[in-house]
Amino acid sequence: MKRDELILPLSRPKVGVQGTTGSWRIRKPVINYSKCIGCGICWLYCPDSTIDIEDTGSRFRVSIDYTYCKGCGICWTVCPVKAIDMVKEV
Amino acid sequence: MPLTIRDLAKEKYVLPGHAACPGCPETIGLRYVGMALGRKAILVIPAGCTSIIQGLMPGSGLAFPIINVAFASADAVASGVAAAKEVLGEDSVVTVWAGDGATADIGFATLSGAAERNENIIHICVDNEAYMNTGIQRSSLTPIGAWTTTTWKGKTEPKKNMPLIMASHGVPYVATASIAYPMDFIEKLKKAASIRGFKYIHLHAPCPVGWRFDPSETVEMARLAIETGIWVLMEVEGGRTTISPPSRPYADKSRRKPVIEYLKRQGRFRELSDELVRELEREIDEYWKLLLKLSS
Repeated sequence: MKRDELILPLSRPKVGVQGTTGSWRIRKPVINYSKCIGCGICWLYCPDSTIDIEDTGSRFRVSIDYTYCKGCGICWTVCPVKAIDMVKEV
Repeated sequence: MPLTIRDLAKEKYVLPGHAACPGCPETIGLRYVGMALGRKAILVIPAGCTSIIQGLMPGSGLAFPIINVAFASADAVASGVAAAKEVLGEDSVVTVWAGDGATADIGFATLSGAAERNENIIHICVDNEAYMNTGIQRSSLTPIGAWTTTTWKGKTEPKKNMPLIMASHGVPYVATASIAYPMDFIEKLKKAASIRGFKYIHLHAPCPVGWRFDPSETVEMARLAIETGIWVLMEVEGGRTTISPPSRPYADKSRRKPVIEYLKRQGRFRELSDELVRELEREIDEYWKLLLKLSS
């Protein structure tokens, strides 16, 4: 058998392997940037890697990728200044 | 110098849109493995939630090199991979990422074997205290009094003490960690990667589905476990036991929160009797006494 004919059960990393998981969400985290102190703790604990972080020198700027955010609300509970609100999905 | 968020790698090893439930502690833990070990990590994953989290072929929700293996074989496979990598002269950290079932029950034979042979691998036990993937059945790491689908009236046997069992194997490094204390976990992983021989890390991971609490409380629940003293962060390195900094204040019994605060927030302990709560409190106390004796 030639090597090309071998079919191996190999997976490759893929974003959105389970589809757009944002549709699972029943509540949506919304960052209130006037309160956010840019500590990055929400990024640290997000189980879905859906919080993106950008280093702006003195602090971080975080943003949520709503295509894949499942709305678990961990960012909302760990935020030290309560800068994230959970809003009901409509 | 303690680690800060700025020091951590921002590369994504857990990709958005994976198949885990909302609020999953395992993916939080896997992100820290990526931050600590990066491209050097090779994961060996026996059956469990993490097999599901990767999603369906041909895609994978995790960006690590992974070998998915049968339940009982994880540490044997990892031993082989580590040996092959050594022959090839490649610098990699072979890591077994196993649940509590694949560590303490089904996979224990190969785990104990690999520990006895002192294979150059890290075994991480991600302990969500039951077989969550198949629908919340009891494991030997389910705590006493906890409801599961196979212990309707609460488990009657106490939780097996895996960290001390592994320490008794005389391996170079044993540690406990919690998903609520990422810097502690990442530092322990980095330390484990630098040590030659068998390393065991027991990661406490509260599961919102199986423990019956809101997905947003995963991290809070893990933190409460430390604050009530029911889970202790410690290291056993070369036979020397040390309590890790996040757990140190709770060596003093008066600073511990009452264990009921941790229990009452979880639906699985809904039918726990006062008698069992006192029993648990006594057990926590005994365990702390033992640890303090070992670390003195």
